[in-house]
Amino acid sequence: MGRRVFLGMVALGAAGIVFGTKAQNFIESTIGSGLGGLIPGGGRFRIYSITGSFPAIRPSKYRLEISGLVERPLTLTLADLKAMPATKLVKEFQCVTGWTVPDVHWEGVRLADLLDHVGVKGGAKALSFESYDNADSESLTLDQARLSDVIVAYKMLGAPVTTEHGGPVRLYVAPMFGYKSLKWLSAIRVVDEVIPGYWEQNGYPVNGWVDGSTADTNPAYQ
Amino acid sequence: MTSGLAQRPPGRGVEPNSLLRFDLVQRSAHWANALLFGILMATALPLYFSSLAVIVGRRPLLAEIHLWAGVALPIPILVSLLGPWGARLRQDLRRINHWTADEVAWLRTLGGKGAPKVVDKFNPGQKLNGIFTGGVIVVMLATGCMLKWFRFFSVEWRSGATFVHDVFAFAVFIVVFGHILFAVTHPDSMRSMVQGRVSERWAQKHAADWLADERELASRDPSR
Repeated sequence: MGRRVFLGMVALGAAGIVFGTKAQNFIESTIGSGLGGLIPGGGRFRIYSITGSFPAIRPSKYRLEISGLVERPLTLTLADLKAMPATKLVKEFQCVTGWTVPDVHWEGVRLADLLDHVGVKGGAKALSFESYDNADSESLTLDQARLSDVIVAYKMLGAPVTTEHGGPVRLYVAPMFGYKSLKWLSAIRVVDEVIPGYWEQNGYPVNGWVDGSTADTNPAYQ
Repeated sequence: MTSGLAQRPPGRGVEPNSLLRFDLVQRSAHWANALLFGILMATALPLYFSSLAVIVGRRPLLAEIHLWAGVALPIPILVSLLGPWGARLRQDLRRINHWTADEVAWLRTLGGKGAPKVVDKFNPGQKLNGIFTGGVIVVMLATGCMLKWFRFFSVEWRSGATFVHDVFAFAVFIVVFGHILFAVTHPDSMRSMVQGRVSERWAQKHAADWLADERELASRDPSR
């Protein structure tokens, strides 16, 4: 009897691994993500940071530097970003380790628009991103950066991006795992080759498509 | 070691705690296990709740502590169970595995009114706690490994493992809270997990069958 209860628990765990995602989606679609959010594991952000604390940046002091192989190097304020055409997205945030938050509201400026704004020089191949935490870094190829759902976000979850979520301004790369969506974005450099970022140097794929592909381009997201 | 078992009749006068309920191996396993559970639960909170994460920060450090406490989790039980020193623990495991119809009935009413008297070394609730602890260690270790070494699994399975790890973690907090509540409200039981012994009067009242077993063993082997 004792053994049966024990094995039953283990079996329940195994079933949860295989069917848990479906069960969770079912719960969220039937009783709504509001209540689903109360259920363990349902739609909850885990707050990651590489360094011990979060960089606190006052929105009025925020600056985004765009440099490298560009016609017009720029330093943008938050107001400058907000003055540009806004793009709104409602998309999932999928962490590479498994947790996921559906239907997150995002708002910001398309990276493609920013690139057009500064003018990319010939020979440019990729972008290198830096963070105010002085630790994280990320990369995208120019083609990836020009996808329509890759934005420099200043709103998330229907409000200005909070400090723990990487505010005032973070990257959101919808078709890729969360680690590509660098927090506390401080600088974008246009470069002539992909420079693997912090997580890539720690073994994560440089091209972190959510469908598992690690190729440069992924037709599924074009 | 002398035992009062053979000489003294039960249930008369004030008795010393003469009956060994948990030997040193079992107690060490319990407290090492409790320490690891404590570390895992304490680090789990800020890893899970973003409001706490903001206050505590240091996620990589917490994650590292959580990971290694998790990897170490099965060690105390396995080491105590598998060595020649683990005879008593193995015996208790057999007791926990064995359920009478009365014990199942007892559990239905949680030992309330009309519940049959249970007489084993552990009551059904304690047995269930032991089984749960064993099961949850396996499940948390497996899903935890999947979250750490995720690249070997599909995204769907990773999400499933996250879901299971979270749900079982909630259960752990509830069960551990209950376990501690029962312990502090039952000082005799708790003392036996600290000092090892209970009185024969206690055993007569809560675990008569076990007392009878111990007496029989003692009469066969006075050194016990």
